[in-house]
Amino acid sequence: MAERTITLEVFRYQPEKEKEPTFQSFTVPFREDWVVLDALNYLKDQIDGSISFRWSCRMGVCGSCGMMVNGTPRLSCAAFLKEYYPGPVRIEPLANFPVERDLIVSLDDFMKKLKAVKPWIIRKEEKPVSEGEYRQSPAELANFKQYSMCINCLLCYAACPVYGIQPDFVGPAALALAHRYNLDTRDEGQELRKEVVFSHEAIWECTFVGECSVVCPKDVDPAGAIQQEKAAGALDLVKSVLMPWGSR
Amino acid sequence: MSYRRPIASNWWMAKPNYLLFMFRELTAVFVWLYLIFYLCQLSQLGKDAGTYTTFLAGRSSLLWMLFHLMALVAAIYHSVTWFNLTPKVIVVRRGEEKIPDGLIVGPHYAGWLGLSLAIIFIALWS
Amino acid sequence: MTKSYKEAFWWYLFSAGGMIAAMLVPVQIFLTGIAEPMGWVSSDHMRALVANPLTKLYLLALLSLPFFHCAHRIRHVLYDVGFRGMQTPVAVVCYGAALLCTLYAVVTLASL
Repeated sequence: MAERTITLEVFRYQPEKEKEPTFQSFTVPFREDWVVLDALNYLKDQIDGSISFRWSCRMGVCGSCGMMVNGTPRLSCAAFLKEYYPGPVRIEPLANFPVERDLIVSLDDFMKKLKAVKPWIIRKEEKPVSEGEYRQSPAELANFKQYSMCINCLLCYAACPVYGIQPDFVGPAALALAHRYNLDTRDEGQELRKEVVFSHEAIWECTFVGECSVVCPKDVDPAGAIQQEKAAGALDLVKSVLMPWGSR
Repeated sequence: MSYRRPIASNWWMAKPNYLLFMFRELTAVFVWLYLIFYLCQLSQLGKDAGTYTTFLAGRSSLLWMLFHLMALVAAIYHSVTWFNLTPKVIVVRRGEEKIPDGLIVGPHYAGWLGLSLAIIFIALWS
Repeated sequence: MTKSYKEAFWWYLFSAGGMIAAMLVPVQIFLTGIAEPMGWVSSDHMRALVANPLTKLYLLALLSLPFFHCAHRIRHVLYDVGFRGMQTPVAVVCYGAALLCTLYAVVTLASL
Protein backbone atom coordinates (compact mmCIF):
# COMPACT_ATOMS: atom_id res chain seq x y z
CA MET A 1 0.00 0.00 0.00
CA ALA A 2 1.49 3.28 -1.10
CA GLU A 3 2.15 5.83 1.61
CA ARG A 4 0.05 8.96 1.20
CA THR A 5 1.93 12.06 0.15
CA ILE A 6 1.26 15.76 -0.02
CA THR A 7 2.82 18.47 -2.18
CA LEU A 8 4.37 21.59 -0.67
CA GLU A 9 4.76 24.70 -2.83
CA VAL A 10 7.53 26.54 -1.05
CA PHE A 11 8.64 30.15 -1.55
CA ARG A 12 12.37 30.19 -2.27
CA TYR A 13 14.54 33.26 -2.11
CA GLN A 14 18.27 32.68 -2.24
CA PRO A 15 19.77 36.10 -2.95
CA GLU A 16 23.22 34.69 -3.79
CA LYS A 17 21.64 32.64 -6.60
CA GLU A 18 18.73 34.74 -7.97
CA LYS A 19 17.51 38.29 -7.63
CA GLU A 20 13.84 37.26 -7.74
CA PRO A 21 12.04 34.71 -5.58
CA THR A 22 10.60 31.48 -7.04
CA PHE A 23 8.31 28.69 -5.92
CA GLN A 24 9.51 25.12 -5.68
CA SER A 25 7.30 22.06 -5.37
CA PHE A 26 8.25 19.17 -3.12
CA THR A 27 6.37 15.96 -2.36
CA VAL A 28 6.63 14.82 1.25
CA PRO A 29 4.94 11.98 3.16
CA PHE A 30 1.55 12.75 4.61
CA ARG A 31 1.14 11.69 8.24
CA GLU A 32 -2.02 12.29 10.27
CA ASP A 33 -0.12 13.74 13.19
CA TRP A 34 2.29 15.93 11.22
CA VAL A 35 2.22 19.69 11.22
CA VAL A 36 3.63 21.90 8.47
CA LEU A 37 6.83 22.23 10.54
CA ASP A 38 7.29 18.44 10.46
CA ALA A 39 6.90 18.50 6.67
CA LEU A 40 9.47 21.30 6.38
CA ASN A 41 11.94 19.46 8.61
CA TYR A 42 11.47 16.30 6.53
CA LEU A 43 12.07 18.42 3.44
CA LYS A 44 15.26 19.84 4.93
CA ASP A 45 16.54 16.50 6.20
CA GLN A 46 15.71 14.27 3.24
CA ILE A 47 15.17 16.36 0.12
CA ASP A 48 16.72 19.82 0.08
CA GLY A 49 19.03 20.83 2.89
CA SER A 50 19.23 24.41 1.62
CA ILE A 51 15.69 25.34 2.67
CA SER A 52 15.83 27.92 5.49
CA PHE A 53 13.15 28.58 8.09
CA ARG A 54 12.85 29.54 11.75
CA TRP A 55 11.48 27.28 14.47
CA SER A 56 12.22 26.38 18.07
CA CYS A 57 9.79 25.03 20.65
CA ARG A 58 7.49 23.28 18.11
CA MET A 59 4.63 23.69 20.55
CA GLY A 60 3.23 27.17 20.02
CA VAL A 61 4.92 29.16 22.79
CA CYS A 62 8.10 30.62 21.32
CA GLY A 63 6.65 32.53 18.38
CA SER A 64 9.51 31.64 16.00
CA CYS A 65 7.77 29.65 13.26
CA GLY A 66 5.24 32.10 11.86
CA MET A 67 4.68 31.82 8.10
CA MET A 68 1.91 32.04 5.48
CA VAL A 69 0.20 28.68 4.90
CA ASN A 70 -2.22 28.85 1.96
CA GLY A 71 -2.35 32.61 2.35
CA THR A 72 -3.14 32.69 6.08
CA PRO A 73 -0.57 33.56 8.77
CA ARG A 74 -0.07 30.43 10.90
CA LEU A 75 2.45 29.00 13.31
CA SER A 76 3.89 26.14 11.26
CA CYS A 77 4.04 24.04 14.43
CA ALA A 78 0.30 24.47 14.91
CA ALA A 79 -0.90 23.98 11.33
CA PHE A 80 -1.75 20.33 10.82
CA LEU A 81 -1.13 18.86 7.37
CA LYS A 82 -4.49 17.10 7.54
CA GLU A 83 -6.21 20.53 7.49
CA TYR A 84 -4.79 20.96 3.98
CA TYR A 85 -4.95 17.40 2.62
CA PRO A 86 -4.87 16.57 -0.28
CA GLY A 87 -3.06 19.88 -0.81
CA PRO A 88 -1.00 21.36 -2.34
CA VAL A 89 0.12 23.45 0.60
CA ARG A 90 1.49 26.86 -0.31
CA ILE A 91 4.13 27.99 2.17
CA GLU A 92 5.41 31.56 2.08
CA PRO A 93 7.25 33.85 4.46
CA LEU A 94 5.17 36.01 6.80
CA ALA A 95 3.43 38.73 4.76
CA ASN A 96 4.25 42.44 5.10
CA PHE A 97 7.86 41.81 6.15
CA PRO A 98 10.99 41.95 3.97
CA VAL A 99 12.30 38.48 3.11
CA GLU A 100 15.88 37.70 4.07
CA ARG A 101 16.03 34.20 2.67
CA ASP A 102 13.46 31.51 1.83
CA LEU A 103 10.92 31.60 4.68
CA ILE A 104 12.91 33.92 6.93
CA VAL A 105 11.78 37.54 7.32
CA SER A 106 13.47 40.53 8.86
CA LEU A 107 11.99 41.45 12.22
CA ASP A 108 14.01 44.63 12.73
CA ASP A 109 11.02 46.94 12.20
CA PHE A 110 8.96 45.19 14.85
CA MET A 111 11.84 45.16 17.32
CA LYS A 112 12.21 48.91 16.92
CA LYS A 113 8.51 49.48 17.51
CA LEU A 114 8.34 47.11 20.46
CA LYS A 115 11.14 48.99 22.18
CA ALA A 116 9.43 52.31 21.43
CA VAL A 117 6.34 51.42 23.49
CA LYS A 118 8.53 50.64 26.52
CA PRO A 119 7.11 47.20 27.33
CA TRP A 120 8.35 47.02 30.93
CA ILE A 121 7.19 48.21 34.34
CA ILE A 122 8.02 51.89 34.65
CA ARG A 123 8.09 53.37 38.14
CA LYS A 124 8.41 57.04 39.02
CA GLU A 125 10.56 55.81 41.87
CA GLU A 126 11.80 52.26 42.18
CA LYS A 127 10.72 50.55 45.39
CA PRO A 128 13.80 49.30 47.27
CA VAL A 129 13.92 45.54 47.80
CA SER A 130 13.79 46.07 51.56
CA GLU A 131 10.25 47.45 51.21
CA GLY A 132 9.06 44.11 49.88
CA GLU A 133 7.29 42.96 46.76
CA TYR A 134 4.62 44.69 44.66
CA ARG A 135 1.32 43.11 45.64
CA GLN A 136 -1.43 42.49 43.16
CA SER A 137 -4.84 40.93 43.61
CA PRO A 138 -6.13 38.24 41.22
CA ALA A 139 -8.56 40.83 39.84
CA GLU A 140 -5.72 43.27 39.13
CA LEU A 141 -3.83 40.48 37.36
CA ALA A 142 -6.93 39.54 35.36
CA ASN A 143 -7.09 43.10 34.04
CA PHE A 144 -4.01 42.68 31.89
CA LYS A 145 -3.31 38.95 31.77
CA GLN A 146 -4.83 38.37 28.34
CA TYR A 147 -2.54 40.98 26.76
CA SER A 148 0.53 39.47 28.43
CA MET A 149 0.08 36.21 26.52
CA CYS A 150 1.69 37.63 23.37
CA ILE A 151 4.55 35.49 22.03
CA ASN A 152 5.68 38.07 19.46
CA CYS A 153 4.98 35.65 16.62
CA LEU A 154 3.91 38.56 14.39
CA LEU A 155 1.04 36.70 12.72
CA CYS A 156 -1.00 39.81 13.54
CA TYR A 157 1.32 42.05 11.52
CA ALA A 158 1.04 39.66 8.59
CA ALA A 159 -2.75 39.80 8.82
CA CYS A 160 -2.99 43.58 9.17
CA PRO A 161 -3.65 45.34 5.85
CA VAL A 162 -2.82 48.72 7.39
CA TYR A 163 0.68 47.51 8.28
CA GLY A 164 1.01 46.13 4.78
CA ILE A 165 0.09 49.42 3.15
CA GLN A 166 1.71 51.77 5.66
CA PRO A 167 4.87 50.25 7.16
CA ASP A 168 5.26 53.01 9.75
CA PHE A 169 2.16 51.73 11.59
CA VAL A 170 3.30 50.68 15.06
CA GLY A 171 1.12 47.60 14.75
CA PRO A 172 -1.06 45.22 16.77
CA ALA A 173 1.41 43.33 18.97
CA ALA A 174 3.39 46.39 20.06
CA LEU A 175 0.20 48.27 20.93
CA ALA A 176 -1.32 45.28 22.72
CA LEU A 177 1.83 45.07 24.82
CA ALA A 178 1.72 48.80 25.56
CA HIS A 179 -1.88 48.26 26.69
CA ARG A 180 -0.74 45.33 28.88
CA TYR A 181 1.63 47.57 30.75
CA ASN A 182 -0.78 50.49 30.90
CA LEU A 183 -3.29 48.20 32.62
CA ASP A 184 -0.75 46.79 35.10
CA THR A 185 -1.27 48.34 38.54
CA ARG A 186 2.47 48.14 39.21
CA ASP A 187 3.18 50.40 36.25
CA GLU A 188 3.38 54.20 36.40
CA GLY A 189 4.47 54.80 32.83
CA GLN A 190 1.18 55.56 31.05
CA GLU A 191 2.07 59.23 30.46
CA LEU A 192 5.45 58.28 28.98
CA ARG A 193 3.90 55.72 26.65
CA LYS A 194 1.26 58.18 25.45
CA GLU A 195 3.75 59.97 23.22
CA VAL A 196 4.09 56.79 21.19
CA VAL A 197 0.74 55.06 21.73
CA PHE A 198 -1.35 58.18 21.04
CA SER A 199 0.76 59.20 18.04
CA HIS A 200 -0.45 59.40 14.48
CA GLU A 201 1.48 56.24 13.53
CA ALA A 202 0.07 54.21 16.41
CA ILE A 203 -3.53 53.65 17.52
CA TRP A 204 -5.00 56.25 15.16
CA GLU A 205 -3.76 54.39 12.06
CA CYS A 206 -5.81 51.35 13.02
CA THR A 207 -9.12 51.05 11.19
CA PHE A 208 -10.32 48.05 13.22
CA VAL A 209 -10.20 45.49 10.45
CA GLY A 210 -9.89 42.99 13.28
CA GLU A 211 -7.97 40.33 11.36
CA CYS A 212 -5.08 40.55 13.82
CA SER A 213 -7.27 39.13 16.60
CA VAL A 214 -8.63 36.44 14.28
CA VAL A 215 -5.15 35.02 13.52
CA CYS A 216 -3.62 35.43 16.97
CA PRO A 217 -2.71 31.93 18.26
CA LYS A 218 -2.78 33.06 21.90
CA ASP A 219 -6.12 34.96 21.94
CA VAL A 220 -4.45 38.22 22.89
CA ASP A 221 -7.06 40.25 20.98
CA PRO A 222 -4.79 43.12 19.91
CA ALA A 223 -7.70 44.74 18.06
CA GLY A 224 -9.61 45.07 21.33
CA ALA A 225 -6.51 46.42 23.06
CA ILE A 226 -6.12 49.12 20.41
CA GLN A 227 -9.78 50.17 20.57
CA GLN A 228 -9.52 50.47 24.36
CA GLU A 229 -6.45 52.66 23.91
CA LYS A 230 -8.41 54.81 21.44
CA ALA A 231 -11.06 55.33 24.10
CA ALA A 232 -8.29 56.22 26.56
CA GLY A 233 -6.86 58.63 24.00
CA ALA A 234 -10.21 60.32 23.56
CA LEU A 235 -10.53 60.62 27.34
CA ASP A 236 -7.03 62.06 27.45
CA LEU A 237 -8.14 64.75 25.00
CA VAL A 238 -11.15 65.65 27.15
CA LYS A 239 -8.97 65.82 30.27
CA SER A 240 -6.47 68.06 28.55
CA VAL A 241 -9.24 70.44 27.51
CA LEU A 242 -11.09 70.48 30.83
CA MET A 243 -8.05 70.27 33.10
CA PRO A 244 -5.11 71.70 31.18
CA TRP A 245 -3.08 72.32 34.28
CA GLY A 246 -2.91 68.76 35.49
CA SER A 247 -0.55 66.00 34.43
CA ARG A 248 -0.99 62.73 36.21
CA MET B 1 19.71 41.88 0.24
CA SER B 2 16.14 41.57 1.53
CA TYR B 3 13.21 41.30 -0.83
CA ARG B 4 10.05 43.36 -0.38
CA ARG B 5 6.91 41.76 -1.74
CA PRO B 6 4.55 44.33 -3.26
CA ILE B 7 1.02 44.74 -1.86
CA ALA B 8 -1.73 44.34 -4.47
CA SER B 9 -4.03 47.37 -4.65
CA ASN B 10 -6.96 44.95 -4.54
CA TRP B 11 -5.70 43.37 -1.31
CA TRP B 12 -9.19 43.69 0.15
CA MET B 13 -10.58 41.18 -2.35
CA ALA B 14 -8.11 38.47 -1.28
CA LYS B 15 -9.96 37.28 1.82
CA PRO B 16 -13.64 37.16 2.83
CA ASN B 17 -12.92 39.03 6.07
CA TYR B 18 -11.19 41.83 4.18
CA LEU B 19 -14.15 42.08 1.78
CA LEU B 20 -16.60 42.29 4.69
CA PHE B 21 -14.42 44.99 6.22
CA MET B 22 -14.60 47.00 2.96
CA PHE B 23 -18.42 46.62 2.86
CA ARG B 24 -18.61 47.81 6.44
CA GLU B 25 -16.54 50.88 5.65
CA LEU B 26 -18.42 51.62 2.42
CA THR B 27 -21.73 51.75 4.29
CA ALA B 28 -20.47 55.25 5.14
CA VAL B 29 -20.94 56.28 1.51
CA PHE B 30 -24.58 55.19 1.54
CA VAL B 31 -25.24 56.87 4.88
CA TRP B 32 -23.67 60.10 3.68
CA LEU B 33 -25.66 60.05 0.42
CA TYR B 34 -28.91 59.38 2.27
CA LEU B 35 -28.28 62.23 4.71
CA ILE B 36 -27.55 64.67 1.90
CA PHE B 37 -30.62 63.59 -0.05
CA TYR B 38 -32.71 63.90 3.09
CA LEU B 39 -31.33 67.39 3.69
CA CYS B 40 -32.51 68.34 0.20
CA GLN B 41 -35.89 66.83 1.01
CA LEU B 42 -36.04 68.88 4.20
CA SER B 43 -35.22 72.10 2.40
CA GLN B 44 -38.06 71.36 -0.03
CA LEU B 45 -40.39 70.82 2.93
CA GLY B 46 -40.09 74.51 3.67
CA LYS B 47 -41.51 75.41 0.25
CA ASP B 48 -45.24 75.55 -0.55
CA ALA B 49 -47.29 72.34 -0.50
CA GLY B 50 -47.63 72.11 -4.29
CA THR B 51 -43.87 72.28 -4.89
CA TYR B 52 -43.25 69.71 -2.19
CA THR B 53 -45.86 67.29 -3.56
CA THR B 54 -44.18 67.41 -6.98
CA PHE B 55 -40.79 66.87 -5.36
CA LEU B 56 -42.05 63.93 -3.32
CA ALA B 57 -43.59 62.34 -6.41
CA GLY B 58 -40.12 62.33 -7.92
CA ARG B 59 -38.77 60.62 -4.79
CA SER B 60 -41.28 57.79 -5.19
CA SER B 61 -39.74 56.64 -8.49
CA LEU B 62 -38.28 53.14 -8.80
CA LEU B 63 -34.72 54.44 -8.86
CA TRP B 64 -35.14 56.39 -5.63
CA MET B 65 -36.86 53.44 -3.93
CA LEU B 66 -33.99 51.20 -5.00
CA PHE B 67 -31.44 53.65 -3.60
CA HIS B 68 -33.27 53.92 -0.29
CA LEU B 69 -33.59 50.15 -0.01
CA MET B 70 -29.87 49.73 -0.64
CA ALA B 71 -29.15 52.52 1.82
CA LEU B 72 -31.37 50.82 4.38
CA VAL B 73 -29.48 47.54 4.00
CA ALA B 74 -26.17 49.41 4.29
CA ALA B 75 -27.35 51.35 7.35
CA ILE B 76 -28.53 48.17 9.08
CA TYR B 77 -25.18 46.50 8.31
CA HIS B 78 -23.45 49.51 9.86
CA SER B 79 -25.66 49.31 12.97
CA VAL B 80 -25.20 45.58 13.44
CA THR B 81 -21.42 45.63 12.99
CA TRP B 82 -21.19 48.72 15.21
CA PHE B 83 -23.18 47.28 18.12
CA ASN B 84 -21.44 43.90 17.86
CA LEU B 85 -18.05 45.57 18.31
CA THR B 86 -18.97 47.57 21.43
CA PRO B 87 -17.70 44.88 23.87
CA LYS B 88 -14.23 45.33 22.39
CA VAL B 89 -14.15 48.96 23.47
CA ILE B 90 -16.27 48.84 26.62
CA VAL B 91 -14.74 46.42 29.11
CA VAL B 92 -16.47 45.96 32.47
CA ARG B 93 -14.96 43.67 35.05
CA ARG B 94 -16.67 42.03 38.00
CA GLY B 95 -13.78 40.81 40.16
CA GLU B 96 -11.63 38.57 37.98
CA GLU B 97 -14.23 38.03 35.29
CA LYS B 98 -15.24 40.21 32.37
CA ILE B 99 -19.02 40.59 32.16
CA PRO B 100 -20.47 38.63 29.23
CA ASP B 101 -20.41 40.40 25.85
CA GLY B 102 -24.18 40.05 25.63
CA LEU B 103 -24.62 42.43 28.55
CA ILE B 104 -22.89 45.15 26.55
CA VAL B 105 -24.39 44.38 23.15
CA GLY B 106 -27.92 43.66 24.41
CA PRO B 107 -28.69 47.14 25.76
CA HIS B 108 -27.46 48.68 22.51
CA TYR B 109 -29.84 46.58 20.44
CA ALA B 110 -32.63 47.28 22.94
CA GLY B 111 -31.97 51.00 22.66
CA TRP B 112 -31.95 50.73 18.87
CA LEU B 113 -35.30 48.96 18.84
CA GLY B 114 -36.83 51.28 21.41
CA LEU B 115 -35.72 54.45 19.67
CA SER B 116 -36.82 53.20 16.26
CA LEU B 117 -40.28 52.27 17.54
CA ALA B 118 -40.62 55.59 19.36
CA ILE B 119 -39.66 57.54 16.23
CA ILE B 120 -42.07 55.58 14.04
CA PHE B 121 -44.81 56.20 16.59
CA ILE B 122 -44.10 59.92 16.62
CA ALA B 123 -44.01 60.10 12.83
CA LEU B 124 -47.19 58.14 12.29
CA TRP B 125 -49.45 58.82 15.20
CA SER B 126 -48.40 61.73 17.38
CA MET C 1 6.30 60.11 17.28
CA THR C 2 4.28 62.53 19.34
CA LYS C 3 0.81 62.39 20.86
CA SER C 4 -1.82 63.56 18.40
CA TYR C 5 -4.78 65.42 19.89
CA LYS C 6 -6.09 66.05 16.38
CA GLU C 7 -6.56 62.36 15.68
CA ALA C 8 -8.21 61.84 19.08
CA PHE C 9 -10.64 64.63 18.21
CA TRP C 10 -11.58 63.15 14.83
CA TRP C 11 -11.99 59.73 16.43
CA TYR C 12 -14.33 61.25 19.03
CA LEU C 13 -16.52 62.72 16.28
CA PHE C 14 -16.33 59.41 14.39
CA SER C 15 -17.45 57.55 17.52
CA ALA C 16 -20.33 59.86 18.41
CA GLY C 17 -21.47 60.09 14.79
CA GLY C 18 -21.27 56.34 14.44
CA MET C 19 -23.49 55.74 17.46
CA ILE C 20 -26.05 58.28 16.26
CA ALA C 21 -26.00 56.83 12.75
CA ALA C 22 -26.32 53.28 14.07
CA MET C 23 -29.29 54.18 16.27
CA LEU C 24 -31.21 56.59 14.04
CA VAL C 25 -30.34 56.28 10.36
CA PRO C 26 -32.13 52.99 9.58
CA VAL C 27 -35.51 54.18 10.90
CA GLN C 28 -34.99 57.57 9.23
CA ILE C 29 -34.32 55.95 5.85
CA PHE C 30 -37.48 53.93 6.26
CA LEU C 31 -39.60 56.95 7.23
CA THR C 32 -38.36 59.64 4.89
CA GLY C 33 -37.05 57.56 2.00
CA ILE C 34 -39.73 54.92 1.74
CA ALA C 35 -42.77 55.64 3.95
CA GLU C 36 -43.19 59.32 3.08
CA PRO C 37 -42.87 59.02 -0.73
CA MET C 38 -45.22 56.02 -0.61
CA GLY C 39 -47.74 58.13 1.29
CA TRP C 40 -47.73 56.02 4.47
CA VAL C 41 -46.76 59.16 6.38
CA SER C 42 -48.42 62.48 5.70
CA SER C 43 -46.19 65.34 4.59
CA ASP C 44 -48.30 67.84 6.50
CA HIS C 45 -47.55 65.84 9.64
CA MET C 46 -43.83 65.94 8.79
CA ARG C 47 -44.04 69.70 8.29
CA ALA C 48 -45.72 70.10 11.68
CA LEU C 49 -43.14 67.85 13.37
CA VAL C 50 -40.20 69.74 11.89
CA ALA C 51 -41.61 73.05 13.06
CA ASN C 52 -41.12 71.84 16.65
CA PRO C 53 -37.76 73.02 18.06
CA LEU C 54 -37.20 69.65 19.73
CA THR C 55 -37.42 67.94 16.36
CA LYS C 56 -34.97 70.50 14.97
CA LEU C 57 -32.54 69.60 17.74
CA TYR C 58 -32.93 65.90 16.97
CA LEU C 59 -32.41 66.57 13.27
CA LEU C 60 -29.36 68.68 14.04
CA ALA C 61 -27.78 65.73 15.86
CA LEU C 62 -28.68 63.44 12.97
CA LEU C 63 -27.36 65.83 10.32
CA SER C 64 -24.02 66.79 11.84
CA LEU C 65 -22.05 64.14 13.69
CA PRO C 66 -22.85 61.29 11.26
CA PHE C 67 -21.30 63.39 8.47
CA PHE C 68 -18.05 63.39 10.42
CA HIS C 69 -18.38 59.67 11.09
CA CYS C 70 -18.72 59.02 7.35
CA ALA C 71 -15.91 61.45 6.52
CA HIS C 72 -13.54 59.64 8.91
CA ARG C 73 -14.37 56.25 7.44
CA ILE C 74 -14.10 57.44 3.85
CA ARG C 75 -10.81 59.16 4.63
CA HIS C 76 -9.34 55.88 5.88
CA VAL C 77 -10.80 53.84 3.02
CA LEU C 78 -9.10 56.22 0.60
CA TYR C 79 -5.82 55.62 2.41
CA ASP C 80 -6.41 51.85 2.26
CA VAL C 81 -7.00 51.84 -1.50
CA GLY C 82 -3.91 53.80 -2.39
CA PHE C 83 -4.18 57.49 -1.52
CA ARG C 84 -1.58 57.11 1.23
CA GLY C 85 0.71 59.64 -0.34
CA MET C 86 -1.83 62.44 0.04
CA GLN C 87 -2.60 62.20 3.75
CA THR C 88 -3.36 65.86 4.39
CA PRO C 89 -5.32 66.74 1.23
CA VAL C 90 -7.54 63.67 1.65
CA ALA C 91 -8.25 64.57 5.28
CA VAL C 92 -9.00 68.19 4.40
CA VAL C 93 -11.40 67.17 1.61
CA CYS C 94 -13.24 64.63 3.78
CA TYR C 95 -13.64 66.68 6.96
CA GLY C 96 -14.17 69.83 4.91
CA ALA C 97 -17.04 68.21 3.08
CA ALA C 98 -18.53 67.06 6.40
CA LEU C 99 -18.30 70.61 7.72
CA LEU C 100 -20.02 72.02 4.63
CA CYS C 101 -22.82 69.46 4.91
CA THR C 102 -23.27 70.32 8.59
CA LEU C 103 -23.46 74.03 7.76
CA TYR C 104 -26.03 73.29 5.07
CA ALA C 105 -28.02 71.38 7.68
CA VAL C 106 -27.89 74.27 10.16
CA VAL C 107 -29.02 76.76 7.51
CA THR C 108 -31.82 74.48 6.30
CA LEU C 109 -33.12 73.73 9.78
CA ALA C 110 -33.00 77.41 10.70
CA SER C 111 -35.14 78.26 7.70
CA LEU C 112 -37.88 75.73 8.46
